[in-house]
Amino acid sequence: MAVLLLAEMAGGALALDATAKAVTAAAKLGDVTALVCGPKSAAEIAATIEGVSKVLVCEDAAVAHGLAENVTRLILDQAQGFTHIVAPAGNSGRNILPRVAALLDAMVMTDVTEVIAPDTFKRPIYAGNAIQTVQSLDPVKVLSIRTTGFDAAGTGAAAPVETVALSAVSDLSAHVEDKVVSSDRPELTSAKVVVSGGRGIGSEENFALVSSLADKLGAAVGASRAAVDSGFASNDLQVGQTGKVVAPDLYIAVGISGAIQHLAGMKDSKVIVAINKDVDAPIFQVADYGLVADLFDAVPALTEAV
Amino acid sequence: MKILVPVKRVIDYNVKVRVKSDGSGVDLANVKMSMNPFDEISVEQAIRLKEAGIATEVVVVSVGEKKAQEILRTALAMGADRAILVEADTGDDIEPLTVAKILAKVVADEAPELVIAGKQAIDNDMNATGQMLAALLGWGQATFASQVDVADGKASVTREVDGGLQTVSVKLPAVITTDLRLNEPRYASLPNIMKAKKKPLEEKTAADYGVDLSPRLKVLATEEPAGRAAGIVVGSVDELMGKLKEQGLV
Ligand SMILES: Cc1cc2nc3c(=O)[nH]c(=O)nc-3n(C[C@H](O)[C@H](O)[C@H](O)COP(=O)(O)OP(=O)(O)OC[C@H]3O[C@@H](n4cnc5c(N)ncnc54)[C@H](O)[C@@H]3O)c2cc1C
Repeated sequence: MAVLLLAEMAGGALALDATAKAVTAAAKLGDVTALVCGPKSAAEIAATIEGVSKVLVCEDAAVAHGLAENVTRLILDQAQGFTHIVAPAGNSGRNILPRVAALLDAMVMTDVTEVIAPDTFKRPIYAGNAIQTVQSLDPVKVLSIRTTGFDAAGTGAAAPVETVALSAVSDLSAHVEDKVVSSDRPELTSAKVVVSGGRGIGSEENFALVSSLADKLGAAVGASRAAVDSGFASNDLQVGQTGKVVAPDLYIAVGISGAIQHLAGMKDSKVIVAINKDVDAPIFQVADYGLVADLFDAVPALTEAV
Repeated sequence: MKILVPVKRVIDYNVKVRVKSDGSGVDLANVKMSMNPFDEISVEQAIRLKEAGIATEVVVVSVGEKKAQEILRTALAMGADRAILVEADTGDDIEPLTVAKILAKVVADEAPELVIAGKQAIDNDMNATGQMLAALLGWGQATFASQVDVADGKASVTREVDGGLQTVSVKLPAVITTDLRLNEPRYASLPNIMKAKKKPLEEKTAADYGVDLSPRLKVLATEEPAGRAAGIVVGSVDELMGKLKEQGLV
């Protein structure tokens, strides 16, 4: 068994945490070769992840922004001999892997949370309200890994790095620009503590209540869809079925009702705190500690107390 | 320019799904079914492109059971011009690869310049059909769109990505998949619902397209997720802080 793992990139650098978590899952399937679309420096970091036996790096500008057509071509260029093609289930893996799978005439399995056997996996369906165990009948298995289900592999290894070339550049699509939201806070999907705000926050200015608490706790900031749609927070902060999936040690939901679609993204957190003035809000059903209170009193008091 | 929009009939997003006690799947008996929310966004986008004079025709297509007619009628009432139902009743969910293969045949017949699909169906949550269709057609793809501008044989698409937003330009024909913030779908008005009954709805079967429906993923079990232990209500911020400190969380 041999696994080709597409390393996760963020702003031209390796996303180490997501990649190392996917390596943990991939190592259960076979020998892991990581494929890095980006600079050598990123490949050298990937080479330190325990469980990676080789790193392939492509520095071609055509793959630098993760364009699906080109990255798919690169993966297929290298796919010979691999039994599994794997990526972390971020938006990049979600974009690329189904394209790869279709060209291999295989059915992709997305958001895998557990490896049962090299051909059998668990994945959530219906916003995590059911967990399906599926066995792939395809010769090559293509799957994305929900990283919250796996611990990050350690670093300290020194796998060889080999440069590979893209066989052909597609002109089907072109990169125009990235609007990256930069922040000094921990990255949402790998943070130990997440403070999320919902519609109850009321405005973009009030969202500072959430950010201040997060900063006091060294936490990442998250948001519900309603908070993002209302312009209180940027889209990359959305937690849920169609946003990011997080499972921190502590998740604090402020002014979030707890719709199924939001719970799908955070209900595997170790400890959940909910602050909501509506005692009947469904968020309290998953909360370890519920505080029925007006957030405009409770959140500043909590920030003060930390 | 013709736009093809694939739509899926799924459990309504407000319904709390229950797993059948024998582990054979989820209970879909007597639950409300609707158009997949992302597909509504796709239909809306196609209609807006037509209203803007960029598209000339909007064709909606659903692959699945006969009851998918209901959501095709909804799409027609929203403003799509005609509908195609490809009946493929496997008694179970049809895999995105199979759907993409059937859609590729529909595309060959219809020759649209743009396919706008939802980024994921909220039942199997696979997030795959649009990308697979683009691959099979050899077309470019722009997934998770939050803004779409079509001009000069290209679509400029702003995509929701992990770090923020990314804009790509994709040559037509292409496949776009829609994200939540692209638009707010309209409701069909009563007169339009009446009018939609007279719009053409063509019925085909998967056999007409010669696509094999057998699944590649064998479902071995469907279970309830692990439940969470019951929590407690704390009376004050101080009590909450006490609990969090006890657990070493703050
Ligand atoms: C296809 C689809 C996908 C979706 N994907 C996602 C997703 O990925 N993530 C997501 O989050 N949602 C998603 N949603 C939306 C989801 O259904 C809910 O609409 C959304 O999560 C609601 O956000 P909210 O809890 O912030 O707002 P609301 O439901 O409006 O809740 C606001 C809460 O704030 C409380 N509140 C108000 N004022 C105060 C105050 N002063 N003090 C304390 N509490 C207060 C209220 O009691 C209420 O409980 C999706 C929906 C669809 C249809």
